[in-house]
Amino acid sequence: MKFESTVTQIPVDNIDTDQIIPARFLKTISKDGLGDQLFFDWRYNADGSPKPEFILNTEKAKASNVLLAGDNFGCGSSREHAPWALSQYGFQAVISTSFADIFKQNSLKNRLVPLVVSREVHQQLRDALAANPDLKVSVDVEAQTLTWSGGPVEQFPIDPFAKHCLLAGVDEIGYVTQHEAQIAAYEAERFATLNTLTN
Amino acid sequence: MPSKPRTIIEKVWDNHIVAEREGAPSLLFIDLHLVHEVTSPQAFSGLRQRGLKVRRPDLTFATVDHSTPTTPRSLPIVDPIAKAQVAQLEANAQEFGIPYFGFQNKDQGIVHVIGPENGLTQPGMTVVCGDSHTATHGAFGALAFGIGTSEVEMVLATQCLLQRRSKSYEVRVDGSLKKGVAAKDIILALCAKIGIGGGTGCVFEYTGSAIRALTMEERMTVCNMSIEAGARAGLVAPDDATYEYLAGRRFAPKGAKWDEAVAKWRQLPTDDGAAYDHNLSIDADSLEPMITFGTNPGMGMAISGAVPDPSTIADPLERDSLRKALAYMALEPGKPLAGQKIDVVFIGSCTNSRLSDLRAAASILKGRKVSEKVRTMVVPGSQEIKRQAEAEGLDEVFRAAGAEWREAGCSMCIAMNGDQLTPGQYSVSTSNRNFEGRQGKGGRTFLASPLTAAASAVTGVVTDVRTLL
Ligand code: SF4
Repeated sequence: MKFESTVTQIPVDNIDTDQIIPARFLKTISKDGLGDQLFFDWRYNADGSPKPEFILNTEKAKASNVLLAGDNFGCGSSREHAPWALSQYGFQAVISTSFADIFKQNSLKNRLVPLVVSREVHQQLRDALAANPDLKVSVDVEAQTLTWSGGPVEQFPIDPFAKHCLLAGVDEIGYVTQHEAQIAAYEAERFATLNTLTN
Repeated sequence: MPSKPRTIIEKVWDNHIVAEREGAPSLLFIDLHLVHEVTSPQAFSGLRQRGLKVRRPDLTFATVDHSTPTTPRSLPIVDPIAKAQVAQLEANAQEFGIPYFGFQNKDQGIVHVIGPENGLTQPGMTVVCGDSHTATHGAFGALAFGIGTSEVEMVLATQCLLQRRSKSYEVRVDGSLKKGVAAKDIILALCAKIGIGGGTGCVFEYTGSAIRALTMEERMTVCNMSIEAGARAGLVAPDDATYEYLAGRRFAPKGAKWDEAVAKWRQLPTDDGAAYDHNLSIDADSLEPMITFGTNPGMGMAISGAVPDPSTIADPLERDSLRKALAYMALEPGKPLAGQKIDVVFIGSCTNSRLSDLRAAASILKGRKVSEKVRTMVVPGSQEIKRQAEAEGLDEVFRAAGAEWREAGCSMCIAMNGDQLTPGQYSVSTSNRNFEGRQGKGGRTFLASPLTAAASAVTGVVTDVRTLL
């Protein structure tokens, strides 16, 4: 998994999942059509027309695969609609100094890379983007590197198992079902004494 | 050789490991999977596509709460999309054989309220739900956390989750709460102290004399908002209060099984000498009623305080965030919040919709009227709570004061069921999130306890409840 892209910036700390996709769009029973609802309340006027100045409405952002956000991205609810909406819009990675736990897990399951950098590198990238808004960054998941021309080679952390799943396209449910014998053995021992909802 | 002292968090974790492999996350068994209408439809579709069954329908339980209206149950669900979502869960529960409290069921309610109420939630369990406030169930000494829809599908299919161990974080609250200060104020104070990312990667264990003194319902309020401080879960070790609450509930063990269960549960509390990765102390005596001023639950303060001034903050992003929050809230830095005019008071949500919360609100509203300018909504967390409240006449107190008394559901905690603020309105809310638009597009939320909310309803402005006691 390797890609190169310009960077879309929403440099705000603590962007919560209610901003990423407001709750009223969660009444859907499918996963489709969420890209247009990404950051809906920041992105559209009351009459539904797009706010031309909001970054996600620009052609440049639409062509970009990398979002740069402030600290603690994705806090709040567990809605997986958040990474679904980000991916459907076209993002493959979000760069931040930290991510909320559930958002991070949800993202990895949807091939959206939660890319953690230090505050220092975050600032360096913002400075580089200020100097050259068309700057492209390269993300290499296998090497775990984030690079840009004139910047450092930043090594980002990623859970080794999640990385393996991303690179090898592992289906996690398929992986767990291979443990059937162990699950059954656990259940046999456990429910010899434990109550279940039916008794 | 005596084994290494362990925290309750480690004990519950260790008890649920099905398999461990070098380099991979642990395969963790899930004892209770709660399901609601919003985060499950895509997971059931996934199961169908794979041709899988629900592995343990007997450990799964479903209800509807988020997108369901809180209008009288004799009325249909008017929003066609919400109606379809509720119908989908009903169909899924039937197809996969999952026990289900539907829209018209007499025991329907908010998923985190009905779990404990029916004795589904028990000490030492692993509990998950596609909802971040699953942490509520930690009040019983369960390891309870929110998951996304892919993980919902995983648990439906396998009754297991792939998880890495979290860090442990002791939040010690000693002393005793003063009059007018509630459990909600403890957790709002924690959020204000460490910020909404402060507990990221951690599970909180709440300890100390002030926590021990809390009722089970109050412990649920505290654990509920663990996620608001970034922790995926928060728990309180079980004690006699836990067992007293659970005894006799519908799904709690009975007879010899009960005794056996209690004996096991008594092994759960953290061993003397066990170490946590992080520790923090809060002095309960020094706490005041809390209120939030900003657009995340960490932006809170004592009600006697003043809205902070962004110009005093050094970090540029942090400064901008506060500035942006105050602009959204249309609040002036440096001014107190007490006295701020409000339009709506919402008493409800999985944080504060249980009987004791309603009693607290009623204690303020009894014999008083809510301000004419304020819409006051009281929304019980479950139909069972509604019946109990009505049996003690609380509904009469609310109606006589001029408040609305509604059917059970998430209501105005989340603007997706018809209950919502209009742009620009201010609310004092007993819910858990004050994010932009959380209670309705353009709405502005002050989070507070049921006491503070009720006091503010009476005066029509943000009010320190101690002035009415
Ligand atoms: S009451 Fe609010 S926080 Fe609780 S489950 Fe419902 S929407 Fe979520």
